[in-house]
Amino acid sequence: MGWFKRTKEGITTPTEEKKDSPDGLWHMCPKCRVVVNTDDHEAALWTCTNCGHHDGIDAEEYFSFLFDNGEFTELDPNMTAVDPLGFEDTKKYTDRLEATRKKTGLKDALTSGYGTLNGLPVTIACMNFKFIGGSMGSVVGEKIARAIDHSLKNKQPFIMISKSGGARMMEAAFSLMQMAKTAAKLTLLDKHRIPYVSVLTDPTTGGVTASYAMLGDVNIAEPNALIGFAGPRVVKETIGKDLPDGFQTSEFVLEHGFLDFIVERKNMKNKIGDYLRLVGNQPAE
Amino acid sequence: MEYLAFEAPIREMDEQLERTRAMAQESDVDLSAAIAALEQSRTDLLKSMSEHLTAWQRVQLSRHPNRPYTLAYLNAMTQGTFSELHGDRHVKDDKAMVGGWGWINGESYLFLGQQKGINTKMRQLRNFGMANPEGYRKALRLMKMAEKFQRPVVCLIDTPGAFPGLEAEERGQGEAIARNIFEMAKLRTPVICIIIGEGASGGALGIGVGDRVLMLENTWYSVISPESCSSILWRSWDFKEQAAEALKLTANDMLANGLIDGIVPEPLGGVHRNPEGMFASLAETIDREYRALKDRDLDQLVDERIEKFCAMGVVNE
Ligand SMILES: [Zn+2]
Repeated sequence: MGWFKRTKEGITTPTEEKKDSPDGLWHMCPKCRVVVNTDDHEAALWTCTNCGHHDGIDAEEYFSFLFDNGEFTELDPNMTAVDPLGFEDTKKYTDRLEATRKKTGLKDALTSGYGTLNGLPVTIACMNFKFIGGSMGSVVGEKIARAIDHSLKNKQPFIMISKSGGARMMEAAFSLMQMAKTAAKLTLLDKHRIPYVSVLTDPTTGGVTASYAMLGDVNIAEPNALIGFAGPRVVKETIGKDLPDGFQTSEFVLEHGFLDFIVERKNMKNKIGDYLRLVGNQPAE
Repeated sequence: MEYLAFEAPIREMDEQLERTRAMAQESDVDLSAAIAALEQSRTDLLKSMSEHLTAWQRVQLSRHPNRPYTLAYLNAMTQGTFSELHGDRHVKDDKAMVGGWGWINGESYLFLGQQKGINTKMRQLRNFGMANPEGYRKALRLMKMAEKFQRPVVCLIDTPGAFPGLEAEERGQGEAIARNIFEMAKLRTPVICIIIGEGASGGALGIGVGDRVLMLENTWYSVISPESCSSILWRSWDFKEQAAEALKLTANDMLANGLIDGIVPEPLGGVHRNPEGMFASLAETIDREYRALKDRDLDQLVDERIEKFCAMGVVNE
């Protein structure tokens, strides 16, 4: 277990790389194409101040603004995937893992840790989409299970930030069973009346939607995230016609009754903190 | 009887036997020795084939056109006492998911299962065994009823997947499956799950969390079908055999990996060659499994169920 202090400088480590190329100092919004300084973009929590677009970000970025002062203790920092089935498609799974670890500097598709959020002790787990599409294999399931254990042991709320294409196919049924494993662990949080906040971000689909992501006491989402069980391409093939506008967006899922509210990233921390104070009957000092 | 391509040698034997039997009936010649010899060689052939089935062949057997579906099992195993219940109390009655009460050997059970159609019209009605959210919610309603009356739940799993339709998404397919997994993990009554055909992904797991999870010998259970796996990972539909091998989706592989609790043998050559034999032996299996669970302390039963699923997965640290 390592102690990580993520200062403002710490968060922006990629800037050093970006300084090498003059283009890296600027960020162009993929939606409205407005260009801003990368420092300003980070200060806006990687959202567009012009059109409101939320860029996809991973655990490092979420932890930097959810935990007070960006300070947290990482749980299970050294856990890595193995290849339980000797899986090989066009590539060996072990090679895929190795290449992805090198490319991303991450161990797997989930980072977890504990610290405080607006002064409240919390455990947070967050998926890393850049690691094989945030796919859920044994490491993701085990780290969630242990993060929940940490919440149980310390009686502190659990916050799960989902961002995943679903199952890690290369772990086949092991991947499938992570749905059962995580949901089974969540029954223990439920039994001990420990709050569970599920945050769904773009995209949250497949087995992640069909397990822990939909099981929060509250399910909340960032605006305009893709949220669904079947992917839009599969649904389109099934019905044989074009999908209606806004299908499977956060707003659509809210309207159909499966989200409690949508929250802009800049308000996420306070909204979660306020909710935890309400259910815990803990007024702010 | 329909035959899969790899069953061609069996078809030949079946036809030869039929011809010889017909001949024996029409003539005065005693052909009983020849018939017995043919039967023996057919048994030998079936045995040797069963021992050398590839993963893909087992997938094909799990979808054999003559393989019985859930309701056939339920009616036969309960000796006609199966009494179906309908509806999720919210939206509608999903015909791809059936459930109800019935008796096996003097004990009442709450049965659930995906139902495939037996002909073109019924396949449409049953939506090819692909349940919508209301199917999972009906299943949950019935499981809670079983829990209330302290009776065991038996789930027969046979689905190519949860239905990926537009309305299924509107009505929260993901939430419906997640809720079932969550509730099944803590259901305070014994739960026995048996894969009788296809166990595809979340659609199967949505009624698949049990104290005992068993697979019939020629079934498959995985996170994705070999065809879809081939199309996604190989970017072509032509690698389904390789995908079937790679996914380790057979009952033997699943048991070896500790992801299921047991395998139920099928009649020689597969369920389709002797459905009645399968129904009888599965009823016995359910009876035996339930008797081993029925006197268990419920707190302990639920704790062990949760621990079992929490132990699944292999990591390095
Ligand atoms: Zn913009």
